[in-house]
Amino acid sequence: MSEEKEEKKGLSPELKERLKAEFEKEWRKELRKAIPVKERMKIPRQKMPEREPEERNKDFNEVNKGLTPEQARLEAQRCLDCANPQCVTGCPVAIDIPTFIKLVEKGDFIASVRIIKETNSLPAICGRVCPQETQCEEICTTKKATGVPVAIGNLERFVSDYERINGEVSIPKILPSTGRKVAIIGAGPAGLTVAGDLAKKGHQVTIFEALHISGGVLVYGIPEFRLPKATLRAEVEYLKKLGVEIRTSFVVGKTATLDDLKKDGYEAFFIGTGAGLPNFMKIPGENLVGVYSANEYLTRVNLMCAYDFPEYDTPVFKAKRAAVIGGGNVAMDSVRTAKRLGAERSMIIYRRSRTEMPARVEEVKHAEEEGIEFHFLTTPTRYFGDERGRVKAMECLRMELGEPDSSGRRRPVPVKGSEFISEVDLVVVAIGQSPNPLIPQTTPGLKIGKWGNVDVDWKTMATSIEGVYAGGDIIRGGATVILAMGDGRIAASEIDKYLNTRK
Amino acid sequence: MAKILERRRLVPNLHLIEVQAPEVARKAQPGQFVIIMPDERGERIPLNIADWDERRGSVTSVFILVGTSTHKLSLLKAGDEAPVFVGPLGKPSEIQKFGTVVVAGGCYGIGAIYPIARALKKAGNKIITLLDVKAKYLLYWEDKLRSVSDKFYISARDHAFDSKAYIPQEVESIIKEEKSIDRVIAIGCTYLMYACSQATKPHGIKTVVSLNPIMVDGTGMCGACRVTVDGQTKFGCVDGPDFDGHKVDWDELFLRRKAYFDDEIQSLCYWERTNFP
Repeated sequence: MSEEKEEKKGLSPELKERLKAEFEKEWRKELRKAIPVKERMKIPRQKMPEREPEERNKDFNEVNKGLTPEQARLEAQRCLDCANPQCVTGCPVAIDIPTFIKLVEKGDFIASVRIIKETNSLPAICGRVCPQETQCEEICTTKKATGVPVAIGNLERFVSDYERINGEVSIPKILPSTGRKVAIIGAGPAGLTVAGDLAKKGHQVTIFEALHISGGVLVYGIPEFRLPKATLRAEVEYLKKLGVEIRTSFVVGKTATLDDLKKDGYEAFFIGTGAGLPNFMKIPGENLVGVYSANEYLTRVNLMCAYDFPEYDTPVFKAKRAAVIGGGNVAMDSVRTAKRLGAERSMIIYRRSRTEMPARVEEVKHAEEEGIEFHFLTTPTRYFGDERGRVKAMECLRMELGEPDSSGRRRPVPVKGSEFISEVDLVVVAIGQSPNPLIPQTTPGLKIGKWGNVDVDWKTMATSIEGVYAGGDIIRGGATVILAMGDGRIAASEIDKYLNTRK
Repeated sequence: MAKILERRRLVPNLHLIEVQAPEVARKAQPGQFVIIMPDERGERIPLNIADWDERRGSVTSVFILVGTSTHKLSLLKAGDEAPVFVGPLGKPSEIQKFGTVVVAGGCYGIGAIYPIARALKKAGNKIITLLDVKAKYLLYWEDKLRSVSDKFYISARDHAFDSKAYIPQEVESIIKEEKSIDRVIAIGCTYLMYACSQATKPHGIKTVVSLNPIMVDGTGMCGACRVTVDGQTKFGCVDGPDFDGHKVDWDELFLRRKAYFDDEIQSLCYWERTNFP
């Protein structure tokens, strides 16, 4: 649950200038002339090739296969190159969407990804995991005109994959070294973004990551079938080429505190430690063996490769009847993982209805195709265990929707007397993650909000300590990758300003 | 990657491992632990810190052979590298002048209690050390522990030492002997810690145990290590590992530690078959 304190910004004057300048270039005018708007509107949205559900729900290989170049160019033609592009305002990092799409139409895929990388250092990731349907694609002009937006996310994914597959990854211009050291805590989406931006500005950046592999939620939370590790590795390698140093198995707050790092010469800090604190419902039986937090379940499978046990040593329960509590992306990931690990029944137990589910639309669709059962307006009240202390059943209660709560969604209200028991041998609690408390607890002077989040000035991402900034889930609670990147973008800009004003 | 400086067998099934980790050595405090991963396909497992050397930049742990991960560790040699060695994790033990403290340890706990006994002695406590071993030849670090103890007892099941009792009975007799005991620290297998806590409960002596739930990340992110203490759920890796032995839900901990028993056997058999065909 996060409160979005940012105002829906319009485009900055510089961005408006740039978009206009690009719009008026000769090659853009020619492209617009080549195909009339009416023709463009007739082109159907290109369907992302997907693996067959009954085949893909048995392994962890990626579900989406990626657009073909022909599809990509056709899809790019659907973009009307409107004079007043709204899509850019929908993007939390304000990518120059019209220009990158038109370069795809032109067939210049490498130039296209370079445009994206001017603002977004991790396009292969965003193209896969952004909820485009609530961001750029929601206010797309083509959507207004035809009812169906341009597949902006699929195009972003296409060009970044193209660059990686064809081995043409280039390094942008890096400014001369400033000699200033910046410590970034957490190698998740926020930290990686700040690192990339600051490295390009010539600063000496070190990321300190508690786990042994970089990526944060990208590596432990999001499964292989949505975001292949190889893709993530390539994106991290790109950052290393920019000069970013990453130190893994380093827990700031334990291995060293912020003050220790200051003594080691770090002048500015970015806290991107994420929402690494699982929320439980605190109902009876929650500590039974086989009741997992989504963080643990996904970490075992994604980070520790438990799906490949005993080739990999870390085990995970392979249930026959799995129940995942929750309705967000983490719940979708968990339930689809349970299916792939061999569950005969993989169920989502969600206390609201389908329309209130916060999960990405594509994930819900894929889950349904793969045979996931959705049980709406249901919530667990207790779990029952066997003599070995393992969960064997759960008691659930039916809900109905009442008045809206603070998030604007209708509040679920229990239906009295509607309890029923259901046999399960695995439960994954995916009801949300809260900010990890380690840095807040070990950094005196750091102002913390009421639910454990680091308090920041939302315009600058500055915390209550000078030189220390924060962004991503640590300030918002469990949210999205792209919002973390947006925060990282702002923080990097502010850190750069701050360092330049220091003696 | 962390370099192994030394790995040797102390007594059958118990090994010492010394790892080069200067930053961990710089910050290590008694009662804390590290997470180690023996190879790229291994598990992340917690080990109590048994000693550290800031000059050498190293951290030492003692571990017992149980399953695949500890067997993999036992085959490491000086110069090898472990992909993960992270720490120091957990809350440090409370070190204060309490008065008279009984420090009890069994199997890997003998290593784990050493830095705690050392620090408590330095803080002015009278240290009564009690080590539990199944047989005489399983005793290690006797001199090290004697050097930080005012009184020293061993309980062993093979009757080799004066004592013929299992550790809780020893604790009982120490309690009878001493005028007052202000605190008991017990580290070892779950049953030992449970039994010591049961022995001290009727006497109302504060007993601190170092719980050993299964862990994955070790930084409070996943909840695998959750234990119930005083009716509330706590995370062993960030709220512990030290907890009040009289308030722990021991039944739950025993059951949770067996969660992967079948998988562990399967894993060990698989590892043995593939490595020693």
